[in-house]
Amino acid sequence: MPKREGLHKVLMIGSGPIIIGQAAEFDYAGTQACKAIREEGIECVLVNSNPATIMTDEGIADKVYMEPLTEEALEAIIAREKPQGLLAGFGGQTGLNLAMELDEKGILAKYGVALLGVNKDSIRRAEDREEFKVLMKEIDEPIPDSVIAHGMDECRAFVEKVGYPVIIRPAYTLGGTGGGIATNDEELDTLVTSGIENSAIGQILLEESVAGWKEIEYEVMRDAKDNCITVCGMENFDPVGVHTGDSIVVAPIQTLRDYEYQMLRDAALKIIRSLDIEGGCNVQFALDPDTSHYIVIEVNPRVSRSSALASKAAGYPIAKLAAKIALGYSLDELKNYVTGETSACFEPTLDYCVVKFPKWPFDKFKTASRKLGTQMKATGEVMSISRTFESALLKAITSLEIKREGLRVPYIMQLGDEELVRKIEERDDERIFAIAEALRRGIDPGRQDAAPTMMDKLYDLTKVDRWFLGKLYRIVKMEKTLAEARGVLSRDLIYEAEEIGFTDNEILALSGAGRDVLTDIRVYNEIYPVYKVVDTCGGEFEALTPYYYSCFDAEDESRISDAEKILIVGSGPIRIGQGIEFDYCCVRGVWAIKELGYEAVIINNNPETVSTDFDTSDKLYFEALHVDDVMNVIKKERPLGVILQFGGQTSLNLAEDLDRRGIRILGTSFASIDLAEDRQKTTDFLRTLGIDTPPGVSVTTREAAFAAVKELGYPLVVRPSYVIGGRAMQVVYSDKELLEYLSEAVSLSDEHPVLIDKYIFGKEIEVDAISDGEDILIPGIMEHVERTGVHSGDSISVYPPHTAPAGVCDILIEYTEKITRGLGVVGLVNIQYAWDGEKVWVIEVNPRASRTVPIISKVTGVPMVKLAVASMLGHRLADSAYGTGLYKKMALTAVKVPVFSGAKLTEVDMSLGPEMKSTGEVLGVDVSYEKACYKGFLASGVHIPTGDGEGLYVRLKDPDKNEDSLAVVRAYVDEGFTLYSHGGTRGFLENNGFAPVHEADAEQMKQLVADGVVTCLLDVPNVANDPTTDSFEVRRYATERRLPVLTCVDTAAAFLMALRMKKAGAEAAYRTLEEYTRM
Amino acid sequence: MDGLLVLEDGTTFRGKGFGAAATHVGELVFNTSMTGYQGILTDPSYCGQVINMTYPLIGNYGVSEVDNQSEKIHAFGFVTRDISFRPSNRMSVMSISEWLAQQGVPGVYNVDTRQITKKIRTAGTIPCVISTEGISREEALGLLANATLRVDYMRDVGTRELRIYENNGPRIAVLDFGIKRNILTGLTDRGCEVYLFPYGATADDVLAVQPDGLFLSNGPGDPEACTAGVETTRALIAMAAAGKITLPIFGICMGHQVIGLAAGGVTYKLKFGHRGANHGVLDLETDRSAITSQNHSFAVAAESVAKGGFLVTHVNLNDGTVEGMRHTELPIFSVQYHPEGSPGPNDSQYLFDRFVSMVGKGGGPNA
Repeated sequence: MPKREGLHKVLMIGSGPIIIGQAAEFDYAGTQACKAIREEGIECVLVNSNPATIMTDEGIADKVYMEPLTEEALEAIIAREKPQGLLAGFGGQTGLNLAMELDEKGILAKYGVALLGVNKDSIRRAEDREEFKVLMKEIDEPIPDSVIAHGMDECRAFVEKVGYPVIIRPAYTLGGTGGGIATNDEELDTLVTSGIENSAIGQILLEESVAGWKEIEYEVMRDAKDNCITVCGMENFDPVGVHTGDSIVVAPIQTLRDYEYQMLRDAALKIIRSLDIEGGCNVQFALDPDTSHYIVIEVNPRVSRSSALASKAAGYPIAKLAAKIALGYSLDELKNYVTGETSACFEPTLDYCVVKFPKWPFDKFKTASRKLGTQMKATGEVMSISRTFESALLKAITSLEIKREGLRVPYIMQLGDEELVRKIEERDDERIFAIAEALRRGIDPGRQDAAPTMMDKLYDLTKVDRWFLGKLYRIVKMEKTLAEARGVLSRDLIYEAEEIGFTDNEILALSGAGRDVLTDIRVYNEIYPVYKVVDTCGGEFEALTPYYYSCFDAEDESRISDAEKILIVGSGPIRIGQGIEFDYCCVRGVWAIKELGYEAVIINNNPETVSTDFDTSDKLYFEALHVDDVMNVIKKERPLGVILQFGGQTSLNLAEDLDRRGIRILGTSFASIDLAEDRQKTTDFLRTLGIDTPPGVSVTTREAAFAAVKELGYPLVVRPSYVIGGRAMQVVYSDKELLEYLSEAVSLSDEHPVLIDKYIFGKEIEVDAISDGEDILIPGIMEHVERTGVHSGDSISVYPPHTAPAGVCDILIEYTEKITRGLGVVGLVNIQYAWDGEKVWVIEVNPRASRTVPIISKVTGVPMVKLAVASMLGHRLADSAYGTGLYKKMALTAVKVPVFSGAKLTEVDMSLGPEMKSTGEVLGVDVSYEKACYKGFLASGVHIPTGDGEGLYVRLKDPDKNEDSLAVVRAYVDEGFTLYSHGGTRGFLENNGFAPVHEADAEQMKQLVADGVVTCLLDVPNVANDPTTDSFEVRRYATERRLPVLTCVDTAAAFLMALRMKKAGAEAAYRTLEEYTRM
Repeated sequence: MDGLLVLEDGTTFRGKGFGAAATHVGELVFNTSMTGYQGILTDPSYCGQVINMTYPLIGNYGVSEVDNQSEKIHAFGFVTRDISFRPSNRMSVMSISEWLAQQGVPGVYNVDTRQITKKIRTAGTIPCVISTEGISREEALGLLANATLRVDYMRDVGTRELRIYENNGPRIAVLDFGIKRNILTGLTDRGCEVYLFPYGATADDVLAVQPDGLFLSNGPGDPEACTAGVETTRALIAMAAAGKITLPIFGICMGHQVIGLAAGGVTYKLKFGHRGANHGVLDLETDRSAITSQNHSFAVAAESVAKGGFLVTHVNLNDGTVEGMRHTELPIFSVQYHPEGSPGPNDSQYLFDRFVSMVGKGGGPNA
């Protein structure tokens, strides 16, 4: 029993929607914490608005409130549940901030709730810049010269004292929002302004820059007895100046002498003690490589992205132990979960090297600045493990799914020397590839071992430690050796290249050898990777954990059981369009496989997730999801079959390669997948069923494109073939827009055709179904609020459909059955339909899990993934408790609202369109559509104005200048809004009886927003994502100030409901998901 | 250069060689520290041993002029997964390979060090041959068949003559069985005047310098072979127990084992020892834990020291072995682990303070 007396029920706050800086790592941490609490016989009540998470699923917490993470909701839930304790350290910054609010407002005291793990003083001392500064001075830990500022004058005075560069860090933010490094007055102005606005308390820290120093992090744990350990030390490849979330990070620390290592470890322990934290904490240091002086950069008094990484890197479940400590246990009373025998009070030792590589969204946001700084931009990350740094790094690059398997990037290799240097100085996401190219050019053919001048020059340019540069040099040298082999490969050369981490494709491309030669040598000499165990102790003790990584070494430790095995391929790094929902599906898949009596093996590379927790599956392979790596695991494990439909497009894309190698794909076959993924084949197939799909063509030249226009007419949806998340997709209304798209957005060629479809204007409705090959079960249908043309990931969607007539739903069911049967789907399928008022069209068929699977599963209680796995293994839906056909309609309404990380990605337009931009989502659940909608908007964090005396800015694109739009604007005016507009829209409004409509051009608008006059924008752009337009600037300006920027008239109509609810002061009721589903 | 590692049972590992071209017979052990290879190699306690590092990337920060724990490398050989020929650290003066070459020590890399570790874990520490001279497996096995591994290196690796480190504070007599530099520093930094005695010093030798305290150092080999040390310690404890002298005593590692034997206790050899910087140790008296640096093959049997008046004060959280003890009446205490770190955590540096304050209370001539 827990050491803390009287603890029977504990409330846990989740982190809410996924945004940049706060992602899947908190699902992992929260899930672990819930399990740790329940193991102690304590009831765990969870509040989280994010429906895509595992932690909110059945079986993790005792009770789940999928309610907005607001003070009001939390108070109501506390009053209802009367927990004795609150765990706030597992919900990221959101959880901490909320706990602070509850404490400050006296709510915790009122209901007698104890804050567990962290106390308010720790939070305040770690998070408030001034208090932190004072504390560090007290315990004699060095911090950079700095000033706490609330305005520009203080900042200018400070700069006069210390000079440029200076770092701006807003207090109380996520992922460094609004911060940056200023090197001149202009940058200072911009960063200070946005920093103050982004801080929850309007406070920033301005500090002298230690850019260029080594960045080192420690994950520290402490218990109530004051026992302290460091779980993992990590070193950033990128020196101070790049946010650690955007840095390549290596574990353990590589370039510190023991003296320096212990010096920083001592400091980290001293800091966690001074903060009196009971649980986990992350301490970041900057170390001057020339003097070994250090400063403390930052402390996070909670589990974090870094602690998730450290947990996976070291095999030490920080969140689980932090939860146990919060309940009162001490480290020496707890066991090492990996060995089962030895103590948790030790420090993991690694016998491998771990590399974390960030995944950035720049492939989707072509206008975003790729430059990296103190503001985090990555949406996710991959981790890789190997016995050498070189191999770990190359594996990580392969894992990123950026179509690269090495350090060679053709366009960078073609840059001139000066451009290359500029590229390196620019410090963007591709810097490592540019550094590699510089090393390539610096290779002196006469000196095989060293290129000292180049190395020094690169060090001066980048401050990337020479050790890392030396490792990159070793990779580049191997490229050269392979090229010099001129097609003649040997056993030793292949082995050495593989050991450094080269993939088959790279070896072939560089050496010019044929694949058959490589295969023959490989088979004859048995050059295959072996698998080693991650065991926390460097092999000192026997490990029980089934957590493996591949490497080229002598001994293979993967023990193969006699059980029948099923392999699930995971979804890789979190990116826009492929988020945590696929990890949910993989984890549920693993559970289902186990329940059905098979051994569940998973392969994945995302350190943030539940699927890569070593106690999720029977066996975890931490690997790239490249076909070679997957095949190596298959060769080793010999599974009964492979499940590809849960890992999103990542795993589905492996179908063809695996099918060709004769691997059994469980569920929907490759032929069926191909039929659904290939537009032309899909259209032909649907035609045979008599189902309409928007007419379209695939073109490879401009001429063909314009010829197609003549036939189809505008508007059109244009997109490249084979896409994830609607990448580079757009609705075009004119020749001009089409031409722009063809020349800018895509490179048109025979290999890369562009698909041009007729745009169907209407309602979008989404169906998720499970098929056993004969029968189907449709647990629920979701209707989108926004019209067609807005990506389903970015639209607000509603369960059950709120406007579509019953007749339409009947057609959807009929179509879904026909399509599923015709395609031969076994398992999950997601079909997107459009209803134009007369006819139902099929927009897209996805023969895989979808974003809505976790939502539908949770709101209907139908375990979709479990049923899908059972179907794949031959069980019949008719025999399940859930039956076939359309499942009963629940008495609740659920509204999914997308959440954008708009404030983080400058230069990106957050307007809705066919290209997905949101990073996460929340679910509002209640009995009525209006109430659920209100909760959804509340949970999304958007500011909801009330209208009275406030300004609404309106700007409509030409096709939207119609009666529908006028009705929406009229409704806003009825709520008390004053209208502001400009140009054509202003004329349109005035001509339709609105008066007065105040003039507001871009400059005036910014002022109006800054002054708090305009509080809401209905701004439907003609051309999105063009940073040169005024309207883009206005939307950005408002987005960064967290105002509602509604870029679709339908969204504005839904938002109006939320606004009215707020105005009416309607008292919301908060219930558990179970209470709603039982209604 | 080829590298060869052959174990007594015939198990053979072939990799690449680095460091010196040499062939040595020694006892194969593994160390799990991720940093501090320089301190490990120069720790005299490793005399006679070939060290297999579990962390695969060794030599990253090169070799400095300040991190040695004695004047030279004492280990007989070094085995790693990978080494850095291009180290990076402001203090680095040469690469690890250059250093080993200079010191005549052979190294083997590019072998599966995890497999070797697991071998030691199951077979126990085991005699081996390490060679970078291109000898055959048979030759290596021949060397092993004819070799006798010494267990009494503590007689050789310490100072050969009495050395005095003058200072203003209490005078500490140190029985040097192969002391690490940072232990000496731990005493001198706290103002202690150190009289460093060579192996074989008697109780009379010690008392002749009128010490305020006695310190027993770490060192290589089997504590039972440290007969002179045990004898001297037994005599001094007996005098203290009889009230003839007041002499606080502190022992680390072998020093701890020697006190155990002097108290009439028993030591025994662990299967594969403790070597690393990550072991949790619980202080039974304060209920507090610390992460410790460790390097020992032998341990004191818990129940064996009670009759000598000793109480077990510290235990290893992993296997429950004795990590520290104290006399129930006299100011004598000892730890099996290394509070001086180097490499490893500084969490237990307070033990030096404890000793120095004990000595201060002793009221000797220099107090």
